[in-house]
Amino acid sequence: MFTDETLETVGAGSLWRKSRQLEQESKSCQTAPLQTAEVEVQSLQTSDSGTQTDADELWAQRSRLAPPSEQEAPGLGEFLLRVEGTVVKELAKNAKSHAFSGFEVNWEDRTQTVTRLHCLQYTEAQDRRLHVTSVSWSSTGSVIACAYGRVDDGDWSTEQSFVCTWNLDRRGLNPKRPDLVIDVPAPVMCLAFHPSQPSLIAGGLYSGQVVVWDTSRTQDPVFAQTGMSADAHREPVYQVCWVPGPRRGEQAVLSAGSGGRALRWRVDGEGRLALSAGYALAAQQIPRSGALSKARGSGAVGVTSLALSPWDSDVFLLGSEGGLVLKCSFSAQAAAAGPPGSESQSVTLRAPAQFSFAPRCGPVHALHCSPFHRNLFVSAGTDGLAHIHSLLQASPVLSVRVCDAYVFGVRWSPTRPLLLAAATGQGSVLLFDLGRGSLRPTATIEHSAEGMAVSCLEYNPRQTDLRRRGGDGGSVDEERASELHEVEGRGELTALAVHVGLHVRD
Amino acid sequence: QAEVEETLKRIQSHKGVIGTIVVNAEGIPIRTTLDNSTTVQYAGLLHQLTMKARSTVRDIDPQNDLTFLRVRSKKHEIMVAPDKEYLLIVIQNPSE
Repeated sequence: MFTDETLETVGAGSLWRKSRQLEQESKSCQTAPLQTAEVEVQSLQTSDSGTQTDADELWAQRSRLAPPSEQEAPGLGEFLLRVEGTVVKELAKNAKSHAFSGFEVNWEDRTQTVTRLHCLQYTEAQDRRLHVTSVSWSSTGSVIACAYGRVDDGDWSTEQSFVCTWNLDRRGLNPKRPDLVIDVPAPVMCLAFHPSQPSLIAGGLYSGQVVVWDTSRTQDPVFAQTGMSADAHREPVYQVCWVPGPRRGEQAVLSAGSGGRALRWRVDGEGRLALSAGYALAAQQIPRSGALSKARGSGAVGVTSLALSPWDSDVFLLGSEGGLVLKCSFSAQAAAAGPPGSESQSVTLRAPAQFSFAPRCGPVHALHCSPFHRNLFVSAGTDGLAHIHSLLQASPVLSVRVCDAYVFGVRWSPTRPLLLAAATGQGSVLLFDLGRGSLRPTATIEHSAEGMAVSCLEYNPRQTDLRRRGGDGGSVDEERASELHEVEGRGELTALAVHVGLHVRD
Repeated sequence: QAEVEETLKRIQSHKGVIGTIVVNAEGIPIRTTLDNSTTVQYAGLLHQLTMKARSTVRDIDPQNDLTFLRVRSKKHEIMVAPDKEYLLIVIQNPSE
């Protein structure tokens, strides 16, 4: 029943290794290299604008003019016929009438011409009895910078001083506390805001250094400065200003000091100011004007003031310690007869003077070119006179007796061609309106404290009725001379031309 | 209809006339020779002023009434001829 049976063996080969092998597959993947970039942007100019459209509906409703049909306007024809006679009569009468010619209404009370808006002070500088040596408005017209230094002692000084800025448009302005205080190791002699970048300020120090500060940097505001080299000024820098650089859009710093040199600095990348051009005044190279007969020997001529012409970018004016006023050219080629030791300079100094105006009796403290007339400038100095010159002739066109004391600053009004402001050593700022025919001040701004000289004066380039002055007392006042600075327009420009024309002919 | 246009044209052709506007009793301009926004502004403001001037005259003397309004400004002279239904506003530059 039971038999042995041998069954064929059935083999099944192991597949486990094989299947593993089959499944194993290497894959790789790589992402493209990550590229990162950082970009920062800061807008320097802001503008706000607002609109309101609430009244829109009302206006739209009103402006829907009724269609010209007789149904919409019954009786219109009769009305027009009725009133036409009267209206026509009045129109004709009006055209012929002179009842109102020359009639001026006086709506506003115009007795108060100048108001003081702010009196800015920095207590620490006042406590140390530092003087305000220079003020400058930013390009936006809202920030004022003020330099502290010392003008009353002739000693070589290494005293620490300050540059302070106030933003007047800021809410919560504290006139006794500046928005920014920059500590400077030497007295600051002069300041100038960059013409387009509101955060850059150039300054000249008593030690001869020229510094550019960037007020937007919080850590170290020094943006660039001159090093201790043979190129730099070795005597106090009396004036700095920004001039267009060789490349388009670039600005260079022009500085002039009592060393008799005017140097143009370029801001290089590494926070240094590199000399790009230099001009030196040597007494023997000064063109003699007829009035100047005395030989003054050779040597450097100390520069006390500097002005650029808004009309001709090649022209600049220099005023000297000895009372010389010189018309100079940036493109002058003649090499300057320098004092010994000047050979070590990296740039050949040139002799810029082209024309010499009638000399003054003392240092020329201020020079300013008229923003309205291309040949006109004003100079003022220790003799208490403001001379109005034409670039074309040596003798002054007009001489205005400002006061019996020194005159430290003089500026043309940026809006009225005939208006001059002068800062005096007696502590007042005087406004002269040359259009009035008399050479007496039309307005006087007295300083609050008696006997303190006003050392500097600057018009706000944007809000043109604001003027700023700094005084010995270490405070800066801001005033608004509204009535006097109303723009008069063409009429006055013609008057200026006539005024100058007459005197040129004399 | 043409008569209305003719009359307005005659007024407009006078020396120094800058613009002529006819305003109805609600202060809505119905004829104008000026642009839209100027018209709307003049119409609204002068309608108000004329109403105010009329009530001033009548408040002073109830027997009296406003017959004509002239506003002299630095630049222009504005004349308003009022009526029960309409106002005629003429703006003139008298120095022209």
